[in-house]
Amino acid sequence: MKKVLVSLLIALCSFSLFAQGGAENEVYYLNYKAVAADIYTDEVAPAFEEETGIALKVVTAASNQYTQTLMSELAKNDPPDIFQVNGVVGLQGRINDVAPLENTEFYKLLNDKSTALSANGHVVAIPYALEGFGIIYNDAIMREYFALPDKAVDISSAEEIKSFEDLKAVVEDMTKHKEELGIDGVFASTAMAPGSDWRWTTHLMNLPLYAEFSENSEGLDAVSAGLAATEFDFKYNENFKQLFDLYLDNSTVSRALVTSRTIADAMAEFALGRCVMVQNGNWATIQILGVDGNVVNADDIKFMPVYMGLEGEEEQGICIGTENYFCINSHISDEDKANADKYLTWLFSSPTGKDLVVNRLGFIADYSSLEDTEPSDVLAVEMQRWMGKEGTKTIPWVFSCIPSDQWKMDFGSALLEYVNGTMEWSEVVNVAVSSWAREAELAGR
Amino acid sequence: MNRIISRSVLLFVVPSLVCFLLAFFVPFIWGVVLSFCEFTSLTDVTFVGLANYIKAFTVDGYFIQSFFFTIKIALVSVVMINLISFALALILTSGIPGQNIFRTIYFMPNLIGGIILGWIWQIIINGVLVNFEQTILSNSAYGYWGIILMSNWQNIGYMMVIYIAALQTVNTDLIEAAEIDGAGRFRTLTSITIPSIMPSITICFFMTITNSFKIYSQNLSLTAGQPNHQTEMVALNIYDTFYSRIGFEGVAQSKAVMFTLAVAVISLAQLYITRRKEVEN
Repeated sequence: MKKVLVSLLIALCSFSLFAQGGAENEVYYLNYKAVAADIYTDEVAPAFEEETGIALKVVTAASNQYTQTLMSELAKNDPPDIFQVNGVVGLQGRINDVAPLENTEFYKLLNDKSTALSANGHVVAIPYALEGFGIIYNDAIMREYFALPDKAVDISSAEEIKSFEDLKAVVEDMTKHKEELGIDGVFASTAMAPGSDWRWTTHLMNLPLYAEFSENSEGLDAVSAGLAATEFDFKYNENFKQLFDLYLDNSTVSRALVTSRTIADAMAEFALGRCVMVQNGNWATIQILGVDGNVVNADDIKFMPVYMGLEGEEEQGICIGTENYFCINSHISDEDKANADKYLTWLFSSPTGKDLVVNRLGFIADYSSLEDTEPSDVLAVEMQRWMGKEGTKTIPWVFSCIPSDQWKMDFGSALLEYVNGTMEWSEVVNVAVSSWAREAELAGR
Repeated sequence: MNRIISRSVLLFVVPSLVCFLLAFFVPFIWGVVLSFCEFTSLTDVTFVGLANYIKAFTVDGYFIQSFFFTIKIALVSVVMINLISFALALILTSGIPGQNIFRTIYFMPNLIGGIILGWIWQIIINGVLVNFEQTILSNSAYGYWGIILMSNWQNIGYMMVIYIAALQTVNTDLIEAAEIDGAGRFRTLTSITIPSIMPSITICFFMTITNSFKIYSQNLSLTAGQPNHQTEMVALNIYDTFYSRIGFEGVAQSKAVMFTLAVAVISLAQLYITRRKEVEN
């Protein structure tokens, strides 16, 4: 009797440990975009299940934790079928987990096949959302400022700001008038709390990276030149510094307190009308309009290029690129791969899916199926306006060539010390340069 | 009867033994093996010898730095936690009114998880520092004392319960005899009470030392190691190593193995020292 009990217990124990997870006929997508988490679970998943009978499970990784979450999810019995990589550097780390995609229906939708990423002779990652970032401003407050009788600048609308000098003059004069304008500061908090510094270490950094790698490119485009770069001189560090200082000195909070502010704080300040400008991308629309007590009118949310005094910046547009590539897990069954393809094709080409993509998720993607659609998201519309603007040059996302996450952490730490006043700017530049050399070497460049 | 008991031992031991082997022993052995390998998942492993152990020290100096920072945290918090929790235990066994309520209140912080605790203390500390135009990341000393404060707040209640249980078992005959012999309260404490509860002191020291070394979530949510790695403890350093570069999983694993060994050596030394002072009742 006891022996039976013992073996039963052992059997139970091992059964529960080795039981296979994962439901039949389910697509599991590990989502990167935290702002869209609710849209996936509340709208996309029910719609997909209703139309195809296949369940959709969407798990969203916490902010700045995608790599970590993906790594542990991939090791599980029920790994994600679809996940995302952030570009060439991100793909290198997942090279054994990505399935060939050249025969999928989804790949056929892509217009410019050269934008997909390849590895081991196969197409393995397909871009799904073009994104743009710049300085987002609230045009209602800008108009109010330009209507002031004692403004110190000659220009009369935000559209006329064409350079760092213009921006600086306007911003500093607005700071003087902040009481009349009813704001706490011109710029939202330069959020430096842990996990919130990527707007500076990647996006703001994009312009110095672009300027430097365009020069030494030897015929390559800036991104390819950056991806091959074993050294980075941070030649345009003074440009970075002067805009970063402008952000810090004309902000809703004092320099000393930005290390306690997060991106969510910064976006809330913008949504509540306590500031006029914030550097962020088109994904922020959902965030701004979703804040309780939002006072910003959707039509007043506009983009302006990030001006830091680089040569030729009067023709500069906003920074447009992508960090969003879909990959299908190579370790799942063929049936699961087919379902994953079915889901992606459904999302980007069925009427319901297209509606969700364009109007709810706000993705701008270069797919043949989306050619008859118009974006409704305000910043997406702004992005397209800047892309089609006569005489402006769109800046690509060169920051995707940063050799490792460690570089971003090192540079972010150095910026934090600079903000605290415990590190000289020249030392910050040293950190950026020496860390790049080390990380590029470790990455095998 | 005895035969039945001895035969049933197996029945009671096997389930937890199986779980222990599967959930602890096997992963531990795997962990040691992986520290000598380059890997991205458990199905994709290449042996690289000692390369990971060398990289752990040569790529940057933060592993060593975080180790010393952790020791600094552990030294201060072990002493503070044990002194304060022992003092509280003495007060709350002296028969003051409401002592059961106080015991419950002091124990409660232990029930809050590390991440939430970190956020709560970050808000409190930033709320105080804002009056001086500072944040917890303005100066690494704030992070250092913040972590100590938080681990005190979390652990004191728990250790206090162990000390209270021990104090209640001290032989009252001995204390009475000491009083008759003219010993003062302090003398009674050092010569009767403390020697009698040495086994509990051993346990409390062991737990506070290992707890202090293992602090991770509190560190992550309070400062995330900022400014510039100055408040980074070993567990956080290992985690960051694992994810911040492609191909560094094995390096993090080698750090974890070295860390385990170091903590084991330190705690065994402590066990050896305090055990020698234990007396038979």
